[in-house]
Amino acid sequence: MSDIFKLVAKRLGLGLVTLFVVSILIFFAVELLPGDIAQAVLGQGATEETVARLRERMGLNDPAIMRYLNWLGGALQGDFGVSLISGTSVTEAITQRFLNTLFLAAYAAVIAVPFAIILGVLVALMRDTLFDRAANVLTLTSISSPEFFLGYVLILYLSVKTGWFPAISSLSPGMGFGELLERTFLPALTLVLVVTAHMMRMTRAAIINLLASPYIEMARLKGMPPWKVIVKHALPNAWAPIINVVALNLAYLITGVVLVEVVFVYPGIGQLLVDAVSKRDFPIVQACCLIFAATFILLNLAADVGSILTNPRLRHPK
Amino acid sequence: MGRFSEKDVLLDITDLQIEGYSDETWVPIIKGVDLKLHRGEVLGLIGESGAGKSTIGAAAMGYARDGTRISGGSIEFDGMELTTASEGERRALRGSRIAYVAQSAAASFNPAHKIIDQHTEAPVHYRIQKRMEAQEDAKELYERLRLPNPQEIGFRYPHQVSGGQLQRAMTAMAMSCRPDLIIFDEPTTALDVTTQIEVLAAIRDIVDQFNTAAIYITHDLAVVAQMADTIKVLLKGEEVEQATTDRMLTDPQEDYTKSLWAVRSFKRPQKARPTDGTKPIVSVRGVDASYTGGDKVLDDVSFDIYPGMTVAVVGESGSGKSTTARVITGLLPPSKGEVLFDGEPLPPRYEDRSRDQLRQAQMIYQMADTALNPKVRIREIIGRPAQFYSGLKGSALKQRVDELLDLIELEPSQYYNRYPPELSGGQKQRIGIARALAAEPDFIICDEVTSALDQLVAEGILKLLDRLQNELGLAYMFITHDLATVRSIADEVVVMQNGRVVEQGPKEQMFTPPHHPYTDLLLSSVPEMDPNWLTTLLEERGVDNIGEAAGETKDGSEKASSA
Repeated sequence: MSDIFKLVAKRLGLGLVTLFVVSILIFFAVELLPGDIAQAVLGQGATEETVARLRERMGLNDPAIMRYLNWLGGALQGDFGVSLISGTSVTEAITQRFLNTLFLAAYAAVIAVPFAIILGVLVALMRDTLFDRAANVLTLTSISSPEFFLGYVLILYLSVKTGWFPAISSLSPGMGFGELLERTFLPALTLVLVVTAHMMRMTRAAIINLLASPYIEMARLKGMPPWKVIVKHALPNAWAPIINVVALNLAYLITGVVLVEVVFVYPGIGQLLVDAVSKRDFPIVQACCLIFAATFILLNLAADVGSILTNPRLRHPK
Repeated sequence: MGRFSEKDVLLDITDLQIEGYSDETWVPIIKGVDLKLHRGEVLGLIGESGAGKSTIGAAAMGYARDGTRISGGSIEFDGMELTTASEGERRALRGSRIAYVAQSAAASFNPAHKIIDQHTEAPVHYRIQKRMEAQEDAKELYERLRLPNPQEIGFRYPHQVSGGQLQRAMTAMAMSCRPDLIIFDEPTTALDVTTQIEVLAAIRDIVDQFNTAAIYITHDLAVVAQMADTIKVLLKGEEVEQATTDRMLTDPQEDYTKSLWAVRSFKRPQKARPTDGTKPIVSVRGVDASYTGGDKVLDDVSFDIYPGMTVAVVGESGSGKSTTARVITGLLPPSKGEVLFDGEPLPPRYEDRSRDQLRQAQMIYQMADTALNPKVRIREIIGRPAQFYSGLKGSALKQRVDELLDLIELEPSQYYNRYPPELSGGQKQRIGIARALAAEPDFIICDEVTSALDQLVAEGILKLLDRLQNELGLAYMFITHDLATVRSIADEVVVMQNGRVVEQGPKEQMFTPPHHPYTDLLLSSVPEMDPNWLTTLLEERGVDNIGEAAGETKDGSEKASSA
C-alpha cells in the first residue's frame, strides 16, 4: 500500500507545482494587458491626480514581483483583494457564486455520469444494432449543438409550451431544496446533454477495446452470458480511460458553464466572470481563473488516483 | 482403439466446414474434418500454425471465434447437435460440460478478479454449488494439482502467481464443474521446459482421476506423445491421418507426418575453437547489469565467442539471456565489466560507438512480425542499413539488396517492392536476417529466432543460418530456450540461471554427463518422443520434486514469475 501513497503524494506535489506555475501565468498575463489599470478603471475623463491616487491605493507603484507575492500570499489565505468596481472583498463576491456553480455541476454530474456509463455499457453490449446507432447519433447531435441553443430549445419545450419548469433559474434565500432542484432543472439538463456523449462514447470504446482479450474469450467459453461478460469481465478493466474522461467532463461542468448560466440567468461564477471581464475588474478575473485552474488540476489528480486504484497490479503488489 | 467402444462416443464431428472472413470474402479454413472422441479418451490434435487446430477445438464447444463461422457439417456432443442448437443451449454447455484451457493463463485470467472468484464463477452461475462450497472444492482441486499453499493461493490476483502455477489454476478452473470434455489449447507452449513438466503431469493426473475426455492441441510432438491416446495430424484445414499414439510414433503412413517426425534430425558438425591464437571476436568480461535502480539481473557474466562459431546461450525466461544481448549491443550499459570486440573494448553505450563498431553488433529478433515496420517496403528495410553502413546509392544499392535477397533465398524481383504483412512468418524472419547481413557484420545475435516458427520452417531458417555462417564466416550468439535447437547448431553452450553463468563449454561436453545440476535439470526436462518419457521421469524425480520445486535454489527462494 505504501507504493500507492507514494504515487498519490507525488501526483499531489506535481499538482501544486502546476498550480503555482498557473498562478504566475494568470498574474502576469493580466499585467501584460496594454494600458494602465488605474486609467482603465477610472475611464478617459479622470484627472492625473485621481489616477495617481488610485495607483497609490492599489499599490501599482510597487515592483511587479512584490505585487505578485502579496497577491499570492493573500490568495493562499483566501483573500483575493478587493473588487475595483464595488470596492468590496473579492472572496465574498465569489464564494456564494462558486457554491452555486458547484451545486449546478453536482446536480448535472449526479444525473450525467451514471446515465452515460450505463448507456455506454448498453451500447457496448448491443454494439452495431439499431439501438447503438441511435444512441450514437442522438448523443453526437447533443454534443455538437451549442449549449445556448440546447438551452433555448429546452426552455421552449419544457417551459414556454408546457410550463413544467421555470425558464429562469433565479435563486432566493430560504428556498427549499425541492424548489431549488426544480428551479435549476433546465440548466442541469442542458449540461447533462452536453457532457453525456463524450463519457458514453469513451465507455463504449474502452469496453469494446477489451473484447478481443483472451480473458474475455475465456469468460465466454465459461458460458457466461453477454451482459456478464461485459459488466463483470470487461468493465472492471476499462475504468482507467473512463475515469479520465469523467474527470475532464466534471471540470467542464464547473469551468465551461458560462453560456448556460447566462441563458438561464443563473447566479454562478461564470456570470460573475463575464461581468468582471467586461468591466475590467481584474482581481475578480484573476481569482476566477485561479479557481478554475485549481478545479482542473484537482479533478485530473482525482482521475489519476482513481486510475491507479482501479489497477489491481498497483492495489495488490506481489 | 480397443479401449473405447462405440456406445461411449461423446463427441462426433463429421465433415466440419469452417470459414474465415478475410479480404471481404469468406474463405474456407476447415475443409471437412471428421473427429470422434470417446468418454475418457485424450485426442492429440497436431499441426503447424494455420492448420486449424484451435478453430476445431473451439468448434467442439459450438463456438466460432470472431471472424469465423461454421458453414457446414455436424457437431454432435452427447447426442445434442450443436450446429442447429440455439445460442443459449450451446452456451449452457460451456464451462459446465465442456471446458477450455487456454494457451496463456497469464492473459486468460481476468486481471481484475481473484483467481478463486474466477474459478467459482461457472459453478455458481450454473447453480451447481453455492459460492462457499465451490471455494472449498477449488481448494481441493488446487491441492490435487499440487499447487503450493492450496488454501490460500486462490485468494491472490493473477499477477501475483507465476506462469506455471496459473496454468495449473486454469486447469483446476476447467475442472470446476466436472466437465465431460476439456479442450486444452497449447497449454504449455508459453512455459519453460522445467515448468512445462509439472503442468503436463498435473493435467494428465486430473484427466485420469475424473475420466475426463480431452482434446489436446499442440504443435509439439513430444508433448502430445505424453498426453494422448490417439493422435490426429492436420494440415491446412484437412486431416492428414489419425492413429493411436504408439502407432503414429512408430509407423506414420503419410509423407507429411514423416517429415514432421524427421524435423529434429538437422545437425551440423561441431566446430572447435581455433588453436592458432586467434582472438575471440566478442568477449564478455565480468559483466554486471541492472535495469534502472532494480536488482542485479546479470551477475559476473563472462564468455567468449570465436570467429565463425556459434555459441548458444540457454536458460529459462528471466535468466538474463536477452539482457546479455542488450549489454553487447550497447542498449544497456553494464554497471561493471566490459565487452571486447576483436580485443578492443567497446564503449558501454551505443551512442558512443563508432559506425564501424555499431556495424558489428547486429541482431535478429524473435518476433519478425513486430521487428519489421509493416509500412515499409522490403527494399527499404534491407536497403537502409546497406546505405547507412556502406554508403551505397542508386543502382549499387539496388544490386546489393538483390544480392542480399538472393542470399536468403528469396527471389529479388518478387519481394523487392512488397510489404512485411504480405509475407509468411518464415519469409519475414528471412528478411530480418537479410537486414542484419546488410551491415556486413562479423557477428550476429540471434534472439530466439526460431521459437515463434513452425518446426519445418524453423529448420529452414537454421539451415540458412548455417549456410550463411559457412559462406560469410559469421559468428553467432544464439539465444534460445530450446535445447533441440542447441543440439542441432551450436558449437559451444553457455548455460545461464538467475543472471549467472552456471556452466559453459563445447556442446558435446555439455550434452554428456556429468552436468551441473541445473544443466541436468534443463536437459532432462525436454520432452522426448517416447510416450513413456514423462512417466519414467516422474518416477525418477518423485512427484513432489518436479518443475519449479526441482528448480528451487538452495535458499528455497521461488523462481520469479514468468508472467
